[in-house]
Parts: sequence; C-alpha cells; structure tokens
Amino acid sequence: MRKSFFEASARERLLGLVDAGSFREFIPPEARVSSPHMAMLDQPVAFDDGLIAGAATLDGRAVLIAAQEGAFLGGAIGEVHGAKLVGLIERARVERPAAVLFLFDSGGVRLHEANAGLIAVSEIIRAVLAARAGGLRFIGLIGGAGGCFGGAGLIARCCDALVMSEEGRLAMSGPEVIETVRGVEEFDSRDRALVWRVTGGKHRYLLGEADALVVDDVAAFRAAAVGLLDTPVGLSLESVEREHALLAERWHRFGASDDAPEIWRALGVPADEDVAMMGAEEFVAMAARCTGRSA
Amino acid sequence: MKRDEMLNALFPAGWEPAALEQDYFEGRAAVGASTVTVIGTGARAEVGADLALRMAAAVLETVRKRPGEPILFLLDTQGQRLRRRDELLGLNGYMAHLAKCVEIARGGGHVILSVVYGEAVSGGYLTTGMMADACYAFGDAEIKVMNLPAMARITKIPLERLESLAERSPVFSPGVANYHRMGHLSEVWTEDHAGHLAAALDELRSMDAASRGIDRRLEAGAARGGRKLAAAVVERMRSDG
Amino acid sequence: MERLQYELDSRVATAVRKPVLVGVTASGNCEVLVEAGGLPARCAVDVHTSALGFGEIWQAVLRDFGERHAAGGLKVEIHDVGATPAVVSLRLDQALEAWEEGDA
Repeated sequence: MRKSFFEASARERLLGLVDAGSFREFIPPEARVSSPHMAMLDQPVAFDDGLIAGAATLDGRAVLIAAQEGAFLGGAIGEVHGAKLVGLIERARVERPAAVLFLFDSGGVRLHEANAGLIAVSEIIRAVLAARAGGLRFIGLIGGAGGCFGGAGLIARCCDALVMSEEGRLAMSGPEVIETVRGVEEFDSRDRALVWRVTGGKHRYLLGEADALVVDDVAAFRAAAVGLLDTPVGLSLESVEREHALLAERWHRFGASDDAPEIWRALGVPADEDVAMMGAEEFVAMAARCTGRSA
Repeated sequence: MKRDEMLNALFPAGWEPAALEQDYFEGRAAVGASTVTVIGTGARAEVGADLALRMAAAVLETVRKRPGEPILFLLDTQGQRLRRRDELLGLNGYMAHLAKCVEIARGGGHVILSVVYGEAVSGGYLTTGMMADACYAFGDAEIKVMNLPAMARITKIPLERLESLAERSPVFSPGVANYHRMGHLSEVWTEDHAGHLAAALDELRSMDAASRGIDRRLEAGAARGGRKLAAAVVERMRSDG
Repeated sequence: MERLQYELDSRVATAVRKPVLVGVTASGNCEVLVEAGGLPARCAVDVHTSALGFGEIWQAVLRDFGERHAAGGLKVEIHDVGATPAVVSLRLDQALEAWEEGDA
C-alpha cells in the first residue's frame, strides 16, 4: 500500500521513514519552543516551529533526522527552526551517526523573521560543511509540496547525496518570484510542465544533482535512503575540483539552453522518450541505458 | 560606498587587479604585512551560475597556488540572478559549490574574511561573505533578505507594517548595526577602513586554525542580545532526549 | 490573533500518557496538543486562533468534544488558522484517539 510522501505531514514522513518505534524527538512540541517573532506580526506559531528533529534508526543504523513541515509558513527557516538544525548537526559531530537525514520541504529563509532567518541559513550551511569535512554523511530527501528553494536549496546541495521524487522540486528562486521580477516570458510559473522540466526531480536526476529518483512513496524514500548509507563521505580538494570541472563543463555545454529537453537530448535521452509521462522506475532504467548514468 | 572609493579606502597603496570588471573583480592586495587574495562583486552584481563559478575558481586557485594566503571577499550584490536558464543549470548547486570551495580553503589554513561595502542580499551573500571566518561591513552598507515590497507580496503582510517594523525591529531592519547585534558581523567600520582590515586580519591570523574555524555567531548574538533564543535552542538540542 | 480559554465538563481521562500532537498550523487547519496535568476533573482548553469572533462556535464545538470523550484532567492547546468546525472536531477526535492508544 503506497503512502504518498507528498501528501504526508512532516511527522508522518519522518515516522514512516525510520525503523518503527525508533524515533526519539529532541525539543518535542510540548516544550513549546516556538518562534519569538510571530506575535509581533500577529501570526500563529507552531509548537515545534515547523521543524521536527531527533534520533532514530534506519535499517538498524543510528541516524539523526530532521523534517521540515512545509505547510507551516512554507516550511521556511526562522530562528528556532534554524537553531534546531544547527544543534542537531553539532550533536551529530559528537554522536557520529551513520547519517544525518534532512527531509526538505521549504521555501528557504522565513521572511517573517528576515534577518534572523538569513543568519540561521548561513549557520546551517557552515555547520553541514564543517561536519562533512569531518567525515559525517548528510542525505537530503525532497518530495514535498513546498519543494526545496532558496536557502534550503543551498543546504540541500551541500549534502552528500539527495533523493528526489518526480514531484520534488529543487532550485534557487521560485518560478513565481522570477516571473514577478522578470516577466512571464522569462518563466511562466503557471506552466506546470515547464516548472517540472526546469526544477523537478527527473531533470535534477539527469543533471546528476539528485542521486536517486523514486516514486512518491514513503517506503521508496526509505529504501533509497538506506541505499545511500554507505556513500563516500568527506569534503576534499580533489572532490571539490571534480565538481568544479563538472559544473564548468555544464555551463559551457548548456549555458545557452533555456529548457530541459535540449539538455536531455545532449545527455543521450532520445527525443521521442516521453520523460514527463514515465514512472520513476522506468525513467531511472531509461537514464541508465541512454545516458550511462548508473542507477 | 562605491567600488573604487572602497578599494582606495582599503588599499591606499593600491592593489594588483587580475580582473576589474563592472560586476566582478579579483586580484591581490597588501593588508598590513600580508598579501591577500581579493575576490569581489560590484555594481550590485547579480550572482548567476557563471559568476559563482568564477568566484569558486578564484578560491581554488589560491588554495592550489598560494598556501596560507588569506582570502578577502568584498561584496556589493543584489542577490542571485533571476533567470530560468540559471535555474535550469542548477544555480543553487553552483552557489553551494562556492561554499564548499571556501570550506576547503578554511580547512587548508587560509583565513577567510568578508566585507560588505554596498549591499548584500540573500543568495548573493549566503555562500560568499557569510561563509567567512569573520564577517565585516562598512557603516553605510546594508544586508537584507529581500526588498520590502516583495516581502509584503509574498507574506501578505501589509507593506506599511513591514516598513514600520523595518525601522524598529532588529529582525527586519537592513542596517548593518542589526547584523552586528544579532551576532553575524564581527565589526562595523565607519572610518580607518584599511587600519581596521589590517587589525582584523592580524586577530584572525593569531588564532589557531581549529579555533578560527568555529562559527561563533550564535554565541555573539546571544551575548549582544540580538538573537536571544537561538544559542539556547542549539544547546538544548545537543543535550535533549 | 484571538486567544480563547475554556474549561469543559467531561468524564475523567484515566490513562496517563505522553503528550500527543495532531494537525499542523496551516491555513484551514489547526494543531492540537493534548497533555496531562490540567484541572483535576475538567478539561482545560486554550485556543489561539487567527479567525476572530468565533467564540460561540468554539464553545459549541468544545462542549460537544467534552461530551464525546473522556477528557477531564487533560490540557488541550490549539493553534488554529481558520479551520472549519468539522476540521477542528476531527483533530480533537484524532488527538484523543491517539491519547487513548498511546504510550505512557
């Protein structure tokens, strides 16, 4: 019985992902550590500030895990939400779990907390990279309605590996923001097919930004996360130089493109493959066959 | 302050540009008794994939060719470039890559400083200046997440309310004094910029690499009263359960 | 925001449980936290709502909740963002069911 990752709340996703009964929450909702900034804006708070974090096991292995509630203020990162993530990472540096798992569902910096949110995001980025330099493994999972944008998209691309569903979106600026500032020709945010071609899981997978592409199912996300528990760790000059070469080549090859299909064709996907309509497993198999990308 | 005035203020004896374009400049400069790598944006630069890549290349070149040389980011940026093409190619990945390059430099013993001299907005600042060991700003600079009208549109909070809050709330005001109070900036410089820069570099160089690499902005925010809750939450996360 | 507080007549809850949270603070929704340690025999409810002027409706929904469930001795706190009475009732039911099924 499939359980939609997209439809589930952050708590449901987290509990469905980890081994049954293994989750221990840190700063639980009854602690009422909520945003101190919402009252000034006459806005409601969430008991957990929209970020659930704690320890669990995944396939019997110790993990620390955090899930963003995309329905609360767009999953955006404010002072408390951000500090919970930084604290979790600092704890990871002491406890050395097999991985730190982030279930992203966020528009980035919480505008309602502006400066506090921006500083928090930068502290998370620094904490992730310092921890990775020390050999800790970060796995991001993206498949919620809010996508993974802004500061959250930066944190995601600082992780060791990413799992995305087709429904997941990963980018810097949201299409609506680009359309508002640059006009509808630059990015028609209501053209859903375009939005998914440019920011969606399948495109990110073909580009190599996502390591796994799964169906919209909590169990599928779990399996993919388990499969990534032994990915190589560490942040070395060599690995960063490799990424640099890859990104430079991508810019030179595709810097004149403005839509995905020409990039996919150049990567080896035949023009008549209906990428949008394929199911996740069929798509991953096609990508392996046509682009040489290992599944 | 504008770029050329800023460069004169920081490097009164001049500097060696390797590139000097409207929105990007790089080179080397004398700061006190040291030589530093300079990587900068100007004219409210839009940071797209190509500019992120260029800055990353400059960081990596210093790591490869000039062991131990400090790296100084000088920033005036309107934030990330807003173009479909950059999103298509994965702009967030290019920016995250730049952050990784800075982390590699830090781990390799390079001191990293950043100075905001104009404006620093969101994505143009997050993976550049905000990644430094210590962040500084000129007194008349601004750091912000987004302009207020756009924030009003997205949050549905009336613009007048946000404007009023921006005048009195540390959370909304773009003034650099706030970012100091919230713990992000180490110092704000209103005069003797070159002297302050030299002193900042000396102070950072005097620390051992491990200590210098610790992000102390949470503690500073709590100590200065601008961010009272964050440090306590981090502490509780470390020990809870 | 409006804050509304109620004390409800209700059969006493006999189970001792860890706190239970259901729902989400999101438009059209609400989150409900149920804990022990309220008044000894009544149910104490604390509502924070962004929908103003619905005190009588909250009263009716909560009275009905108090009658349907054994919630005496429990504290209930709600963050509401304009959920309909049906959604509020649903969340309250879900919370109490989770409470009864839950762990000590």
